Amino acid sequence: MAMLAFLVLAVTAVASGVAVFTVDSMARATFALALSFVAVGGELILLDLAYLGVITVLMMVMEMAIMVVFMVMFMMNPAGLMPMSMLHNKRGALVISAGTFLVLAAGAVTVPWPTRRGAEPADPTRALGEALMGPKMLVMMAVSAVLFATMVSALVLAVAHGRYERPGPPDGDAGPAPRDRLDRAHRDGPTP
Amino acid sequence: MTVSAAPPWSVLVGALMVLLGAVAAASLDGVCDPVAARAPLASRLGRPVFETARLMRQRRRATVAPDLLLWRSGTASPLVVALLMSVVVPWGSSVVADLTVGLVWFNAMDVLLWAAFWLAGWGPNSVHGLVGGYRFLAQALAYELPLMFALTAPAVAAASLRLGDIVASQQHGWFVLQMPVAAIVFLGSVAGFSLWGPFGYPDGADIAGGVLAETAGVDRLLLVVGRYALLAVGSAMAVALFLGGGNGPFLPGWAWSLLKSALVLALLVAWRRRLPVWRADRVMRAAWLFVLPLTLLQVLATSVLAVVRG
Repeated sequence: MAMLAFLVLAVTAVASGVAVFTVDSMARATFALALSFVAVGGELILLDLAYLGVITVLMMVMEMAIMVVFMVMFMMNPAGLMPMSMLHNKRGALVISAGTFLVLAAGAVTVPWPTRRGAEPADPTRALGEALMGPKMLVMMAVSAVLFATMVSALVLAVAHGRYERPGPPDGDAGPAPRDRLDRAHRDGPTP
Repeated sequence: MTVSAAPPWSVLVGALMVLLGAVAAASLDGVCDPVAARAPLASRLGRPVFETARLMRQRRRATVAPDLLLWRSGTASPLVVALLMSVVVPWGSSVVADLTVGLVWFNAMDVLLWAAFWLAGWGPNSVHGLVGGYRFLAQALAYELPLMFALTAPAVAAASLRLGDIVASQQHGWFVLQMPVAAIVFLGSVAGFSLWGPFGYPDGADIAGGVLAETAGVDRLLLVVGRYALLAVGSAMAVALFLGGGNGPFLPGWAWSLLKSALVLALLVAWRRRLPVWRADRVMRAAWLFVLPLTLLQVLATSVLAVVRG
């Protein structure tokens, strides 16, 4: 039963991974990738890593939903209406992907796999949390603060007016606040 | 009250309960609908039946160059997601699937709706549908983080992600007393992912129905039933998380679950038209500037309480 579930999920993951590159629509490619990740999440659940599996599904579907917005927004041809090829730099990509596959497959086949030491913990989620958050709590907290600051500053830098002002009246209808200066001649650049 | 896994056939009972909840919500909504106020009570009460019969006979709408695969997946998904959510929701002293990470499962399933409603909007290749799909994503960005932290609070208080443990630790006091902000945020988010009331922006009348605009016949039936089913499952989940689940005097556990879930569902349905529809940018501003900090404070208070109590 577990073997059957593994096979179904594995075939789904690989097939939808292939579909990402063979479909001709950005939306289909994105959600084929999401399906592939969902199948991988299912594999993790099969390994008794329920928390990691479910969280993989959660993160990946959310990420793909956001990604499809950005792809459709920034592509010249979002490929919903006009079919397009999902392949670029075909020769280089083929070399890289074949090389990666060979390295990983060689590793999987030739490495002597260690046998299990100790027993499976009663609650793998708790064991995972303690492994991550126990001795390395300080690192995790520092990293999360740095990551969050990076994201916020990247957004502030990317949004043209984010550094200095909010375009438009502050709340839609309350009238312009003094510092918004909506009567200025052009909107580019900082307000002097 | 200890919650334990029910036998496998209970999955059918669970699905039936979700559908019954959806029908009850649609009936009550028919009664509350001011547009139908002059219609006889029987036609308002029987709205889910009549509406189902009407939509089952209606022809599907065809649009120019739709992406049928994605469209059909999108319209079918909300109901599927509601059913998948319902397997971890405790009902009295039993639950269909007693997952150790039931709470995270519920959260992952509600995230699937991000894909579902966007696909339902994208699929028909229509402006109104597409705008509706994008509106849903904007709205989801606003409610999702407060929802995640609202779900964290009961997990911290019960020291478990298993919903059975969360219900069990409310034996001597419902979590709504300890974490009212989280409970309110959760109910708001249920309305958010069901496109309900003030969160009906993605299927708003100003864009001719948005994600619902191009659906007709069985497609529309699936989407609308899915929305009511999400509302019903969300209510049952709110009961398990914050209102003590099946805990209560005199009556058996399942009766308390039923009673409380029906009350929460009725509250959500009755409140549908009490508030104007909120634009996604305003929801975003309110959610990230006020609701999210409040929810974080709620989690902090809950955590301190959990540490103090040991």
